[in-house]
Amino acid sequence: MGHQAFWKKTDTDTSEKQAGEELWEQERNIRDNKMEVSILAIPENEQLARMLVTAFVMPLNPTIEELSDIKTAVSEAVTNAIIHGYPKELFFGEEKYVHITCRNEEHTLHVKIQDEGVGIEDVKKAMEPMYTTKPELERSGMGFAFMEAFMDGILVKSKLQKGVTVIMNKTIGKEVCHE
Amino acid sequence: MNPVFEIRRNYLIITVDGELDHYMADQIRLKADTYLEGTRIKNVIFNFQHTTFMDSSGVGVIMGRYKQVRRMKGKLYAVHMNDSIKRIILISGLHKLVCERDSIEDALKSE
Repeated sequence: MGHQAFWKKTDTDTSEKQAGEELWEQERNIRDNKMEVSILAIPENEQLARMLVTAFVMPLNPTIEELSDIKTAVSEAVTNAIIHGYPKELFFGEEKYVHITCRNEEHTLHVKIQDEGVGIEDVKKAMEPMYTTKPELERSGMGFAFMEAFMDGILVKSKLQKGVTVIMNKTIGKEVCHE
Repeated sequence: MNPVFEIRRNYLIITVDGELDHYMADQIRLKADTYLEGTRIKNVIFNFQHTTFMDSSGVGVIMGRYKQVRRMKGKLYAVHMNDSIKRIILISGLHKLVCERDSIEDALKSE
């Protein structure tokens, strides 16, 4: 598969670098791509995050339903980072960021959403449907449940006071086979 | 875009233009409370005709309004839902609480 060559670091040696680039051209699938962005952790940027990932995944020709799934999952993860990762009472006025990394590999989108906020004490508990630490803000507690429902895979890692990393993937174009 | 509020009889109609996310949900929550407090409004209609997106923040704001109308023995309606919004409503279990109607007129007729 092309991605190994795609991620391979080119050497300082020119001939090897050239060879590497040729390999990259040959083996890289036309759809393979990568994006890294950091956005300011403010509610207004949740829409921006959704738009960025939507635009990134377009070359994979997702259906409207797949696109809506991805938008929702990204929205949930970014909203979590902004509300729970950087709670206002601790971070008011501070410039904090949410980091989004996207990678297309063949027909699969890999997306990583990261924050450097307070972290989650009990990830398993946090992922239970209807569980929320902020009922007063009318949070439904469905965020992780939606991410699980709409993506193929999800991995959540967290360390207290270090932040949360959510890694999700979704293969585009397999709905047809399923239904 | 900002949510639009309209009162007809004892119904509060909330029209959500664009994307119902956390940012929009906060705006709806703050404004809806001022409309619902101390008025004779009993029912709430969410109009999704121009809503292109909804996530769990939308679920939260609908659940919040449901609790309010139930206290007044009223009903909560959702009209003009597209497929992706219907899916969110279904997965979250909200379809058990929300009355689905085709249009605002249909919802107004049902009392």
